[in-house]
Amino acid sequence: MIQVIWNKLTDHIDPILFALVTIITVLGLLVLYSAANETMSRVVSQSQKVVIAVIIMFVIANLSPSFIARFAIPMYIAGIILLLGVALGGEVIKGARRWLKLPLIGNIQPSEIMKLAVPLILAWYFDKHEGAISWKNFLVAGLLVAIPFALIVRQPDLGTALLVGACGFFILYLAGLDWRIMIGGAVVAALAFAGAWEFNLLHDYQKERVLTAFDPGRDSQDAGWHTIQAAIAIGSGGLVGKGWLAGTQTHLEFLPEKHTDFIVAVYGEEFGLIGALLLFALYILLIGRCMLIAMRAQSLFGRLIAGTLGLMFFTYTFVNVGMVAGLLPVVGVPLPFVSFGGTAMMTLFVAVGILMSVATHRKLVGS
Amino acid sequence: MTRAGNSPMIGQRRAKPTFAERFSGWRVQLVVFGLLAGFAVLVGRGVYLQVVQHDDLTKRGDARTLRDVTVPAHRGRILDREGAVLASSVPARGILAFPDQVEADEKQIASLAQILGQRTADVKKKLNSDRDVVYLARSVSTEKADAVKALKIPGLSLQNEFKREYPSQEVMGQVLGITNVDDIGQEGIELSQNEWLSGKHGARRVMIDRRGGVVEEQGSIRSPQQGRDLQLSLDSRVQHIAFRELKRGVEANRAKGGAAVVLDAKSGEILALVNYPTADPSDRSAAANGGLRNRAVADLFEPGSTMKPFTVATAIDTGVLKASEQIAMTGGQYTLTGATIRDSHSVGSGGYASVLEIVQKSSNVGTARIAERLPNELMSRYLQRAGFGRAPQTGFPGEAHGRLRAAQTWRPIEKATMSYGYGLSVNLVQLARAYTAFANRGSLVDVTLFKNGGVGRQARVYSPETTQIMLPMLERATHRDGTAPQSQVAGYRVAGKTGTAKKLTGATYVDGRYVASFVGLAPVSNPRYVIAVMIDEPSTGLFYGGQVAAPVFSQVMAQTLRLFEVPFDAPTPGVPGAETAVAAIVREGN
Repeated sequence: MIQVIWNKLTDHIDPILFALVTIITVLGLLVLYSAANETMSRVVSQSQKVVIAVIIMFVIANLSPSFIARFAIPMYIAGIILLLGVALGGEVIKGARRWLKLPLIGNIQPSEIMKLAVPLILAWYFDKHEGAISWKNFLVAGLLVAIPFALIVRQPDLGTALLVGACGFFILYLAGLDWRIMIGGAVVAALAFAGAWEFNLLHDYQKERVLTAFDPGRDSQDAGWHTIQAAIAIGSGGLVGKGWLAGTQTHLEFLPEKHTDFIVAVYGEEFGLIGALLLFALYILLIGRCMLIAMRAQSLFGRLIAGTLGLMFFTYTFVNVGMVAGLLPVVGVPLPFVSFGGTAMMTLFVAVGILMSVATHRKLVGS
Repeated sequence: MTRAGNSPMIGQRRAKPTFAERFSGWRVQLVVFGLLAGFAVLVGRGVYLQVVQHDDLTKRGDARTLRDVTVPAHRGRILDREGAVLASSVPARGILAFPDQVEADEKQIASLAQILGQRTADVKKKLNSDRDVVYLARSVSTEKADAVKALKIPGLSLQNEFKREYPSQEVMGQVLGITNVDDIGQEGIELSQNEWLSGKHGARRVMIDRRGGVVEEQGSIRSPQQGRDLQLSLDSRVQHIAFRELKRGVEANRAKGGAAVVLDAKSGEILALVNYPTADPSDRSAAANGGLRNRAVADLFEPGSTMKPFTVATAIDTGVLKASEQIAMTGGQYTLTGATIRDSHSVGSGGYASVLEIVQKSSNVGTARIAERLPNELMSRYLQRAGFGRAPQTGFPGEAHGRLRAAQTWRPIEKATMSYGYGLSVNLVQLARAYTAFANRGSLVDVTLFKNGGVGRQARVYSPETTQIMLPMLERATHRDGTAPQSQVAGYRVAGKTGTAKKLTGATYVDGRYVASFVGLAPVSNPRYVIAVMIDEPSTGLFYGGQVAAPVFSQVMAQTLRLFEVPFDAPTPGVPGAETAVAAIVREGN
C-alpha cells in the first residue's frame, strides 16, 4: 500500500534532476544564511517559497507534455496583455516600469512570465508544424520572440529582454534554423547594438554598465562598486575559501546585493575556488541532465522545451556568475536555485516540472 | 576504407530530415562545446581572481575591513615646583557623525545643538555634509557626551579623547602654551616638552563594517606608553604675584604690554615668567590670535640703561677703570664722529662725576667715556660672557637670541651707544640672567624653567671683587637720590638699574614711544632673587623705568621675599648700611 502511494508520488519525478536541484537549493540556503549575517528570517522565507515551488513542480511534472503545451497560447497571450498593461500603467520603481499592480494578486512582473511563455509557445508552434517546417515558420517564430522582446526592452529591462530573446533563439536554433541566417542575424544584431550605442538609443545607465563591466575602476563609487567589491570578496576567498560564515567582506556589509544577484560572491569568498568548481560541476550535471532529457524526449515539443530550458539554466548561471565576476555588465539576473527571491524560484521550479514531465511521459515504444 | 566508411551515411539521407537528425550532429556538438567553453571561461576567471589576484584582492579587502585604532596615551601633567597642577589631561569625548546614517527629528537636533553649545543651523549643516564622517564637537566633557548619547540618535558615535585643562588659566598661559585637539603641544612648554609629556599612543586593530562601526577586536598592537609628568621651576604663588602686579603696572600706565621675570639668583630657576596682556590657554580662539606669545622670551628690545652696569663692571674688572675715579662729563654732552651723546639731566658737579654717580644717576655721557677705554674685542667678550647675543636656553621654544654685532664692525659711536644699551637687543629673561652675575659674586647662572634641585651651572663673568664694587652702586640707584627710589622694599636692601629706551621705529628713534624697564636683586646682603620688569609703551606721560617699571619690581620683590620669609637685611627704612659701604668706597678712592 505504502509502496503504491510512493510509486504514485514519485512516478513523474526525475530522481537525478530532483537530486541535483535539491543539492543546489540547499547549498543556496546555506549561503543565504551566511549572507543574511546568520539570521534565519530570509532562510525561512526562501524555504517557504521553495516548498510552494516544489509543490507546483510536482503538479506540473504529473501533467503530460501535450497537456502542458495547451497552456502555451493562453500564457503567451496573457503575458503580452500584461506587458501592454505595464507599458500603459505599470508601477515605476527605480526609474523603470516593470511591475504591474493587479487586484487580488498584487505586484507582478509580467516579463518573468515571458521567460517561460516564449519557449513554450515556440516549442508548441514548431511541434504543430513538425515535418514541414519552412522559413515561414521561422519568420512567425521570430515575430513571436520579437514582440515580447520589444515590450520588455521598452520598460526598460534590457537584461530580461536579452534572456527572453536568448531562450527564443535557443528554440529556433534547436528547431534547425539555418546557420546562414544565424550568422546573418548575429551581424545584424551587432550592427543594431553599435547603431543604438552610436545614436544614443541606449540609456546612459545601460552604456555605463557595459563600460563599467570592462573597467570597474571608472566608476568605483556606484556601478563599479558592485563589481569591485565582488572581485575582492571572491578573490580574497582564495583556493579553499574562508569557510562558511567566515567571509569578512560579506559579513561587514561591503558586498552589495549579497542575498540576491551577488550571492555567488558570498559563496566564492567562503568556499573558494574549490567550492566554485563544485558548484559549476553541479550546474554542468544539471544542464547535462536537461540535455539528456531533451535527447530522449519523444515529441518535438518535449525536445525543444527541454533543450531550451537546459540552455536557459546555463544562460542564467553564466550571465549571473560572469556579471558578479566582472566579465559581463551588471544586469539583474539571479543565480538559479540560489539567489534569494520568490518569483525566480517559482519560474525555475516550473521549468523543472516541465522537464520532469518531458522526462517521465514517454510512450512505451519497443518495451 | 575512408570512402567506404562514409557511404552508408549518404544512403540514409531522406528528402525530409526528421527532427531526430536535426537534433544531432553539429547543433548538439556546438551546444556541448558552448556549454563547456562557457564554464571554462568562468573557471578561468575564478582561477584569475582566487589564485592569481588572491593576495592583491585580500590586501584590498583588509584595507576596507581592518583599521588600526589609536589608543591615546594619557598626556603627563605639568606641575609647578611645589607639585601644584598647572596642566592636566582629563578624559573627554569627540562626537562624530556619519551623516548618511543620522536619523534625527528637529527636536533632537535642537537638543543636540543645545548640549554642544552650537547653533542648530550649524549642527544641521554638519549633519547634511556629504562627507562620510564629520566631527560635531571635540574635547567635550564626558557629562555632555553622555547627554548626547541619551538622545539616542542613530549615526552618532563617541570617541575617547583627552581634554587639556589649565587651572591657572591666563596666569600661566604663555609659559604653558597649548595643545591642539589631538593633545599635541602647539606652543610653549606643551610644545617644547611634547615628547616627554605625550608618551606614546598605543594601537589596536579592529575589524570594521561598512559604516565604520567596530565589529570585532583583533587585539592590541601596541599598548600605550603613558606620558610623564613634568615639574617646572615656576612657583604658582610667585607667578600669581608677578602676574597681578604686572597687570596693575601695565594698566596703570596704559601701556601696550609688559613682562616680568623672577629668577632664583642661586639656582637660575625661573620662579615666575609673566606677560600681559595674556590669554587663557583653554580658550583656543584667544590663543590662536597670538595671545599666548611669550614676549619675555620671544621678543627683543633695546635695553637702554640697564646695560650700563655691564660696561662699568667690565671696565673695573679689566682694570681700565678705578671705582674711585672722577670722569669728565664734558658739559653733559659728548660728540663722536658727528653724533652727539646727551644726558637728560646733569650728573655730577664741577664738570666731573664719580663712577658711582654715573651708575646711580644713569649718565650716558659718563658710560660712553668709560667704554672708550675698552678695546672692542674685550668689551664684546665680556658681553658675551654675560649672555648677550646668546639665547637664554630656558627650555622654552622660540627663544630670541638677542643681537650683538661682531666686535670688528663696531664704529666708535656704536660702541659708545652700546655701552648704554642701544644698538644691541635682548629679551627680558636674557637681561635678568645677566644680572645673576651681580647677585652671584660675579658668576652667571644658567636659567631654566625646570626644577633643578637648587643647583645651576655657573660661569664666571667678573671677579667677586668687581661685583662687590658694583653692588653698592646698584643699591644707590634705588635710593632717594638715584633713578629708582620707587624700587625700594621695606626691610630689605635692594639693588638694581633702570632702563628707559626709546623705541626704534623704522630707522629712527622717536620721542613718545619708550620701553621702560627695571632689573634688580635683593636682599643685597645675600642676593636671593633677580627680578626684571619691562613695560612697553607707557602712555600716561610717565615713561621712565624708575617711574613705571620700578614700582612693579618693588611690589613683586616685596611679596616674594615675604612669601619665602627671607630675613630682613635693612631693619629700618633709609638703609644706613648701604650708605656706609658706598661712603667707604668713595673715601678709599679719594
